Amino acid sequence: MTEETAVDPEEVIQEIEEIYETEYEIGQDNVEKWGLDMHNPVFFISGAMIVAFVLFSLLLPEVAKTSLEATKTWIQIVFDWVLLSAGNVFVLFCLALIVLPTGNIRIGGEEARPDFSTISWFAMLFAAGMGIGLMFWGVAEPAAYFTDWYGTPLNAPAFVDGASPVAIQNAKEAALGATMYHWGLHPWAIYAVVALALAFFAYNKGLPLTIRSTFYPLLGDRVWGPIGNVIDIVAVLATIFGLATSLGFGAQQAAGGLEFLFGLGKGLPTQITIVACVTAVALISVVRGIDGGVKLLSNINMALAFLLLVFVIFASSLSSFASNLVTTLTGYSEMLLPLSNPIGREDDTFYHDWTIFYWAWWISWSPFVGMFIARVSRGRTVRQFLTAVLIVPTAVTTVWMSAFGGSGMEQIENGVGALADGIGDEALVLFQMLENLPLTSITSFLGICLVLVFFVTSSDSGSLVIDSITSGGKTTAPVTQRVFWATMQGVIAAVLLALGGTAALDALQAGAVSTGLPFTFVLLAMCVSLGRGLYHERLLLNAVSEAS
Amino acid sequence: MYSRIMVPVDLEHADKLEKTLNTAGDLARLYEATLCFVAVSGKVPNRVARTPQQFEAQLNMFAREQGERLGVATSSLIKESVDVPVELDAKLLEALDEVDADLVVMASHIPGVADRLHLISSNAAWIVKHADVSVFVVRP
Repeated sequence: MTEETAVDPEEVIQEIEEIYETEYEIGQDNVEKWGLDMHNPVFFISGAMIVAFVLFSLLLPEVAKTSLEATKTWIQIVFDWVLLSAGNVFVLFCLALIVLPTGNIRIGGEEARPDFSTISWFAMLFAAGMGIGLMFWGVAEPAAYFTDWYGTPLNAPAFVDGASPVAIQNAKEAALGATMYHWGLHPWAIYAVVALALAFFAYNKGLPLTIRSTFYPLLGDRVWGPIGNVIDIVAVLATIFGLATSLGFGAQQAAGGLEFLFGLGKGLPTQITIVACVTAVALISVVRGIDGGVKLLSNINMALAFLLLVFVIFASSLSSFASNLVTTLTGYSEMLLPLSNPIGREDDTFYHDWTIFYWAWWISWSPFVGMFIARVSRGRTVRQFLTAVLIVPTAVTTVWMSAFGGSGMEQIENGVGALADGIGDEALVLFQMLENLPLTSITSFLGICLVLVFFVTSSDSGSLVIDSITSGGKTTAPVTQRVFWATMQGVIAAVLLALGGTAALDALQAGAVSTGLPFTFVLLAMCVSLGRGLYHERLLLNAVSEAS
Repeated sequence: MYSRIMVPVDLEHADKLEKTLNTAGDLARLYEATLCFVAVSGKVPNRVARTPQQFEAQLNMFAREQGERLGVATSSLIKESVDVPVELDAKLLEALDEVDADLVVMASHIPGVADRLHLISSNAAWIVKHADVSVFVVRP
């Protein structure tokens, strides 16, 4: 028998360290002028392309809308299976990393400790990319599936007046289960992959905090060249247009809400005022930095959202909430597999216009949300990080949907209020539901505040992310640059609203969502790269402990 | 007159600091004071160091080298921050307390158009406004 030759741990350490040894200096491509610090060419090309796209959608709104929406629809129909399968891959990949020994690796090294308390950290997870959505769709989405407003999951029979209790229960289960599918493990797995990859390569491997760095194990020093520039520029465009169009639509919706509640006009002046106010508060928040700005607002918002949640649970009845919670959990677990299956789908409307749209949406937002999560997640182990990012938000969302969606569906079932006549304007659904609970004016006002503050936190965290990417992964660039990006979002939203109207907003939003397809491939490659990186780190840590 | 002089340094721009360092060294020798180099650092990798540990080593080395070059006793202090550009001023003020310095010598840019338009802020100006010890602002 031959004796196994022991590998010298020193050699392993040297070999792995060589893989990540790069000559690249963070900020070496940057232009430092007028006290600013910008990556060349990412900053300048991104800026030029933003102007070009805005002009395109303003000068030729119909052409822009038709072409960009056609692209989005083409992606939704032709690449449906790619997006859906990729979503499944991300969930499985995250679950595997939780179980495998790589889960012990700590982001930022063994000595690192978290910069933020767990509560603030969770608050910030929601603040960046999902808070607004939960406000708008918490009631509307389950209600939509329940009433077949725009397709039902797997063509499940919707609620009809006089249906049997069993049929009603089944319709609820399908509605809540499918909503959870869209807001549960899958989106958070998408965010988690990007966040973990960015955090690992920046905090453990010392690479710049920018999207391209996550490909270092695959591409080596080529990531600092044109390939990396393209990845970073697309990430910037997806983020700024995703945020600016959301702000534009959000202003329209919030104006609708204000008219519904207080009878204020919902016309352009109100909308522009809302954009201006959100941007102004975002600027204050940006100037106050992470700790005094976005963290503080996230904590406030979490407390307010919690109050609203508790109110809805008790106002609509604790027992029905409990039964809705069970329904959501059963629905989600029963529908998770069938809804994840891309083969032989017959529920075209639901599959393409809801699920695939959401998947493209989450993926196109992943550079933004992922990078923000990465920025605030140092000091947690891979296992803690993934468990927390996947499980906690999914659990919170389950409670949220059961309370808000459950309450909305109950009103529909009992023929109470405006919802009983079906969904008209989806932005008003939350307020229509609250109208039939006590203290309407207080809760609706709270609702509007929550929506607006979530816009502020998104805008603030978005500026932080765009600034980091456009300064080559430097996080010490002057705050003026973040102010610039936050202002740009507001200006783009206002200009689009004022000059281009809904067509221009639709066009650019379709454009932003379309980046979901290229990013699907980017994210799949990121999984491979991250897997390699973590494997190397594991070998390295083993060798280090052997050597000592 | 002075016994401890605090010198805020940005290691990323150490090449532009020579005049400030020489000024601080001259003052330290004149008053037989010690120099304490203070750096505010984030945990995100930067040009100077890829990890916080490396950064600490870099700053220590910097302080030692400058001590030898200037012929004065030196020390160093790192203030950690999650958001350097925003927290820099406040962290430097904290450091001033910790170091217990009686003079600050720091570099500042020559005011230009960007300052008139309030596009960029001046850290030195802020320290002058808020510190209760003397501040020596060195122009490049």
